Amino acid sequence: MNPDTNPVSPAVAGVPVTVRDLHLTYGKQEVLAGIDLEIRAGEVFVLMGPSGSGKSVFLRQLIGLESPSSGQVLIQQEPVSDAIRDRYRLAMVFQSGGLLNSLTVAENVGLYLAEHRLRKPDEIAQIVGDTLRRVQLPEGTAEKYPPELSGGMRKRVAIARALTMEPQLILFDEPTAELDPLVALAIGREILHLNQQTHATTVVVTHDRELAFGIAHRIAFLADGRIQAIGTPAEIRAHPLPLLQQFLAADFTPQ
Amino acid sequence: MFRELGQMLWLLGSTVRGFPQVFRRRRAIGEQLFEIGNASLFMACLLSFFIGGVLALQGGAVLVHRGLGSQVGGLVGLSMCKELAPVMMAVLIAGRIGSAMAAELGSMHVYQEVDALRTMNIQPVPYLVLPRLIAIALALPALVVFSNLVGWLGGAFIASFNHDIAVPYSSFFASLREMVGVRDILHGLLKSFVFAVAIGTVCCHHGLQTRGGPRGVGRSVTKAVTNSIVLILLLDYILTRILLPFDA
Repeated sequence: MNPDTNPVSPAVAGVPVTVRDLHLTYGKQEVLAGIDLEIRAGEVFVLMGPSGSGKSVFLRQLIGLESPSSGQVLIQQEPVSDAIRDRYRLAMVFQSGGLLNSLTVAENVGLYLAEHRLRKPDEIAQIVGDTLRRVQLPEGTAEKYPPELSGGMRKRVAIARALTMEPQLILFDEPTAELDPLVALAIGREILHLNQQTHATTVVVTHDRELAFGIAHRIAFLADGRIQAIGTPAEIRAHPLPLLQQFLAADFTPQ
Repeated sequence: MFRELGQMLWLLGSTVRGFPQVFRRRRAIGEQLFEIGNASLFMACLLSFFIGGVLALQGGAVLVHRGLGSQVGGLVGLSMCKELAPVMMAVLIAGRIGSAMAAELGSMHVYQEVDALRTMNIQPVPYLVLPRLIAIALALPALVVFSNLVGWLGGAFIASFNHDIAVPYSSFFASLREMVGVRDILHGLLKSFVFAVAIGTVCCHHGLQTRGGPRGVGRSVTKAVTNSIVLILLLDYILTRILLPFDA
């Protein structure tokens, strides 16, 4: 995984995202304190930061699940809305997977196509089968229900569900949280592979440093509701900000 | 409170706007109907039999003492179909089904299933609330019809076998036929329909408003059930006042 040497293709299908002076306040607490950001079409953009720094909330703002107190999120220069989400097929892979427990894996993966009547049932079954193979889920997974799956499998199903939307922007919220290192590595490779295949703009929120440096074209470091540093993985490693350096160097070494 | 009431009315309005999707949601409606029937039929049977029995026991003793023993069937019949069956079945449904609805939707909200639907541009109200509301609005009146029949049987059984009352079946049902008309049964069914809409709306609202993990789900369930029961009793009074002139 070394995307630094793999610049984004100019012929991307992804959409650019612009964030302008984004503020979000819950009561008296300012969660996002003015974020300005340009996410380029087709890149893998990683947002890193300590727990509680507002990363996941920021992701919800990007896809329009929450409205900001002030500021704007523009997708392809248009404010994010239901119509924009539909036009550019914005997809999100939630930290918990967000799979519907009352539906089978196959029904979950084909849900978008079935609900919007984009394909006939037999075509949906075909697409679901192909997509589940693409994310390397074993045979027989399709008929299972999400609670019967392991954490890693649920994440893969969630990725498969996002893929059936053929998204131009795909957001990942803590994709490797609660996974063992091997599964986390496989998920990281999957994200990178999908980005290279589809050229969808990919935004990943994580505090997993290995994942961040393994897949990112650019990394932003969010703390105290503000972007404290932004750049390529090499630039972030060399950044002088003490909090960022502490975050990167944090290690469990017995004193 | 007014804000919450407004949100519930908005939810009801959005659900009504989703009505053209009823046919598409038939599978989910069927599943919900099965759940409601499965969870409440036995309890409804038990509850109704004993309510009818208690009515016959208490009212019957007074009527027999005054020489009006032949009116026991009418008393039980009217009390069941106009008041007790709709209210008791609504309370039962609020406790057994409304709580489950609030808990299920609350968990879906907490575990980001509702957000996932929104990211796929699948509106949660027609997808999640509509089938539940339709199912409860169909099931509660049907349950009230069932409750009436079982309650009348329970009343007749107690009236017949209790030595102090000793009203035979034939006399019990003759009085019931004489005093209970179709209009009285419709009165109860109308009430139960309104209660069903209220329970569905309140419980789905609290489920979808859940915040803060498993404890939040617990809080939502408690609020959903208590608010539903308060609303049932409030609506019962209002509907009784509205329907009173039509009974004459």
